[in-house]
Amino acid sequence: MIPAAFDYVRAGSVDDALALLTEHGEDAKLLAGGHSLLPMMKLRLAMPGVLVDVGRLTELSYVRVDGDQVAVGALTRHREVESSPVLRAEVPLLAHAASLVGDPQIRRRGTLGGSLVHGDPAADLPTAVLALDGVLVLRGPSGRREVPATEFFAGYFQTATGPEEMLVEIRLPRLAGASWGFEKFTRRANDWAIVGVAAVDGRVALANMGGTPLRATATERALASGAAVADAAALADQGTEPGADMHASTDYRRHLARLLTRRALTAASGPSGP
Amino acid sequence: MSILGTRVVRTEDPLFLTRGATYTDDLVDERLAGALHVTIVRSPVAHARIVSVDATEALAAPGVVAVVTGADLTDVSPIPPPFPMFNKAMVEPLLATDTVRYVGNAVAVVLTEQRYQGEDAAELVAVDYDPLPPVIDPRESLTDGTLLFTDAGTNLIAEFGSADAFDPHLFDDCEVVVAREIVNQRLAPASMETRAAAAVWGDDGRCVLWCSNQGAQGAQAGVAGMLGIEPAQLRIITPDVGGGFGAKFGAEPEYALIAWLARRHQRPVRWAENRSENLVGMTHGRAQVQQITIGGRRDGTVTAYRLDMVQDAGAFPRFGAVLPTLTQMMAAGVYAIGKVESRARSVVTNTTPLSAYRGAGRPEATAAIERAMDLFAAEIGVDPAEVRRRNLVPPFTEPFTTAAGAVYDTGDYPAALTAALAAADYDGLRAEQAERRARGDVVQTGIGLSVYVEITGGVGEGGGPRENATVEVHADGTATILTGTSPHGQGHATAWAMLASDQLGIPVEKITVRHGDTDLVPRGGGTAGSRSLQQGGSAVHKATEELIELAKQRAADVLEANPDDLVVDTSRAALTVAGSPDAAVSFADLAATERLFVQTDFTAPGPTFPFGTHVAVVDVDTESGKATLRRLVAVDDAGIVLNPLLAEGQRHGGIAQGVAQALYEEVVYDADGNPLTATFADYPFLTAPEVPSFELVPMETPTPYNPLGAKGIGEAGTIGATPAVQNAVIDAVAHLGVRHIEMPTSPQRVWTAIQQANGVDS
Amino acid sequence: MRVRVTVNGEQREDEVEPRLLLAHYLREVCGLRGTNIGCDTTSCGACTVDVDGEAVKSCTVLAAQADGSEVTTIEGLAGADGELHPMQAAFRAEHGLQCGFCTPGMVMAAVGLLRDNPDPSEAEVRSGLEGNFCRCTGYHNIVRAVRAAAAGMNGTGARA
Repeated sequence: MIPAAFDYVRAGSVDDALALLTEHGEDAKLLAGGHSLLPMMKLRLAMPGVLVDVGRLTELSYVRVDGDQVAVGALTRHREVESSPVLRAEVPLLAHAASLVGDPQIRRRGTLGGSLVHGDPAADLPTAVLALDGVLVLRGPSGRREVPATEFFAGYFQTATGPEEMLVEIRLPRLAGASWGFEKFTRRANDWAIVGVAAVDGRVALANMGGTPLRATATERALASGAAVADAAALADQGTEPGADMHASTDYRRHLARLLTRRALTAASGPSGP
Repeated sequence: MSILGTRVVRTEDPLFLTRGATYTDDLVDERLAGALHVTIVRSPVAHARIVSVDATEALAAPGVVAVVTGADLTDVSPIPPPFPMFNKAMVEPLLATDTVRYVGNAVAVVLTEQRYQGEDAAELVAVDYDPLPPVIDPRESLTDGTLLFTDAGTNLIAEFGSADAFDPHLFDDCEVVVAREIVNQRLAPASMETRAAAAVWGDDGRCVLWCSNQGAQGAQAGVAGMLGIEPAQLRIITPDVGGGFGAKFGAEPEYALIAWLARRHQRPVRWAENRSENLVGMTHGRAQVQQITIGGRRDGTVTAYRLDMVQDAGAFPRFGAVLPTLTQMMAAGVYAIGKVESRARSVVTNTTPLSAYRGAGRPEATAAIERAMDLFAAEIGVDPAEVRRRNLVPPFTEPFTTAAGAVYDTGDYPAALTAALAAADYDGLRAEQAERRARGDVVQTGIGLSVYVEITGGVGEGGGPRENATVEVHADGTATILTGTSPHGQGHATAWAMLASDQLGIPVEKITVRHGDTDLVPRGGGTAGSRSLQQGGSAVHKATEELIELAKQRAADVLEANPDDLVVDTSRAALTVAGSPDAAVSFADLAATERLFVQTDFTAPGPTFPFGTHVAVVDVDTESGKATLRRLVAVDDAGIVLNPLLAEGQRHGGIAQGVAQALYEEVVYDADGNPLTATFADYPFLTAPEVPSFELVPMETPTPYNPLGAKGIGEAGTIGATPAVQNAVIDAVAHLGVRHIEMPTSPQRVWTAIQQANGVDS
Repeated sequence: MRVRVTVNGEQREDEVEPRLLLAHYLREVCGLRGTNIGCDTTSCGACTVDVDGEAVKSCTVLAAQADGSEVTTIEGLAGADGELHPMQAAFRAEHGLQCGFCTPGMVMAAVGLLRDNPDPSEAEVRSGLEGNFCRCTGYHNIVRAVRAAAAGMNGTGARA
């Protein structure tokens, strides 16, 4: 299958990309690694008229420590996130989650920003960034704004990114030494999560338990008030609205959310994660 | 030393590894210059009346030459049911005219100058559908509540056996009777190469049709029949084929359509389906609902077995509708059960049609009896290996007729069971299992068994167990073999060359094997049903023997010797006078004088019955329900092995597909008949991390039915491994009260089974 | 639009549609039909080729995105003298292919795998090839081939 026809423009800079988005409006889509967008276009689930290729904006591919945060360029590829010594030391949960995305070929092309903007509620990296209390830096015609991850995932495959905006950076708290856990439940290694759980520093995020990645707020409150892991984990599906599909009924998803939360929290109770 | 039985690496591989094979869609041929590209518009609804097809917009799109609908196919009749016992009203048009009967039913064709234009234009063909109620479950189809073919008056394609003939007292003398329904789920064969075809008609009124297929000769007869032309008007060439697994055996309606389009437009045309099309358009496999009843004594003796099946044949009766007869034939498996009964009813549903998939009727038989054996063992509380041993047919070297009516050639089932249990360390595994159970581990271990026998070589050239071969030696010292088999991964180019090389002394790399062109090889049975070595290989062996006899006659003149005194010197690829090695003439020199070739036929006395035992070890996370295959030990006895490298490869691949059925794969439809597994993102194709390396145990019991002593090995894996793995998953949680879990034994199914065994309603 | 791509060492410049997939560019424009396409969803890996030193799925890369890149396909892997790359040789020796359809992509993915990890364990090979489907071999001999190639290459990494 092949995408419907489109015009292709290569952006020479972030400013250039933003100008192109303004020029073409909702008909335009940014193309980074293309590993979320192009498959949708081949199935004709997405049919943008213009693709603005930002894949060569190497200035958006970086990992650097910035005070008590780590700043990651939006176009940093999964493979780079996975293997970055800085992230492995400072934000190991994110590096680990990146190592589980898709398969090796996909990880060599797909980008962190691309995955986040895609807004797939079953995806690994949105869940990890949500658990990490990441901050997403957007640039648009009216300048730069920061959106906390808790406000970024707006709906099913929808994010707070406006049609003329571009995600340029992801800022994550430095958590070297903090314990963490990440449980991705799949049938096959390269599947999307049936349910996923990221736990770090008292925060818990869930994948595929609703239209967006979600925070397990009841579990977090219980942990904050000193509940035992098992008791806190038993609350993990509270407030979620999981869907049913051929892999899992809603009941089974709720069970998995509780089970995987317990396992992630148990892993996270160790000294340095799994 | 003979080359037979040795691990000769494939002669096919250097090209495959450096330039890639040449599949149908890779063809560059001047006859196909300027070919139009075919894009098929398929129904997105399962059951509907076609109100209208409006091609106006599509015809105006760039590059569109024509849009063809069923109404245009005035000169071809719908395809009649392929077997005489099928309901005659269930005919299949090449393109739907008034009714669509499954998602994927071909409705129209767009012909474009370029490939990319076709997909754009196909989106613009506006078909107005008036939905009809869909019938998805074959059990529901049996009620005839909604008919797929109103003219047929029923959804029943055919019934094999009759419930009236069932003995009402079959289980009367049994101390224990266990009955339940089990589902052998629908699978997608999912060959890596999808279907593809190209066609052109010559000035001589003949069509050359290239297509991805497992047997050019059978496809020739089938496609010619669909077009209403003489087979001689059709030349079929099958280039390299990227896997078939049964689904590319026989004629595809689409291939007839491609040939028809080439004739109508007086231009070459070509078609290659994409994966989304393949997963709804290419036939599926399995899809049986089985009611099994097994009875016997508390000492473990099984005395009676009944198998009552409903075969989901999909929207049109194809080969799949007759496959349950193979299931019936193999119902008794390896067991000496006194009374065996079976019945099968094939019905249509609003789903993709069914045909062969690796094993084709036999995995279903093995799955049923091996599940039944475990259910029986669980009921009487005896170890499943022990129950099996008590009921096995004893070793036999003369034909043995089972209660189901099959005539097995040779077998030693107890030896296969013993060898597999020893290789797996069955007792050690049971001890480990007991420890885990005692500890109450979250991860529990299951051990699953399957003792199987299958039928191979049941089909062949002209329908019988036969095949032809031509062997020719050339003056330059090379040789050519023509075969009616149709390799698509099996390695016949190497294996058949080994057979000739062994007798002639011509090196394997100097022997070319050609196949898959009806002008070159007019007769042949193709490659299916694990028949190729035992029939096609035997034909090559026989042709080579006859070639040597012919050469001896000619060499006798040259060497002024009695033909009976001549022997082959394989070190020189020559004939010499026995005792006088200086008096020699090479096959090549004989061929320089006069073409040196033989064509011959080999006919076997009947099909052969390979057998074996698989032991699967599975770890199940009892909290999540996820099962992971830890080990798979396989004893597969397919008679004498020609090339262990190739035979092991067949076993590996079959085992993986069996594991896939047991743990992962299923074609899923929703209640409206929408396929939920129509891309590789959704169909859980087995990948490398899900399986361990397999542990193969050699065993060779020859068959007297052919000079090679060989039985078929192509399908052993799916037949043996599938129930072993399923049984292992269930065994892992048996102590929790679970008796059965349907395939695929997905995490949700395992978890649900545990919940239900615990009395939790989930 | 025009793209300049170096394919198997040969510099090319072609006029292409923006939507042309790299896999189709290689097959139809360059005539390199060793690269196969097995799915529509970036799942199967049959189309895996090397772009600028990385194994990627060419069905999910636009030819336009490959502009300026160096691409190596299965046809470019063997030596100029026709000598098989160690990975190709290992696939043959271990019977790591049957129908051959997944093979070009599988070999290219395996070469990429060894570049990242010159001495992988069995589990690492299996995980490293999770994006490449094979229906024939059950992966058994593919895993053997990759490990044999790794051993034969003495941990020096892949050439391509």
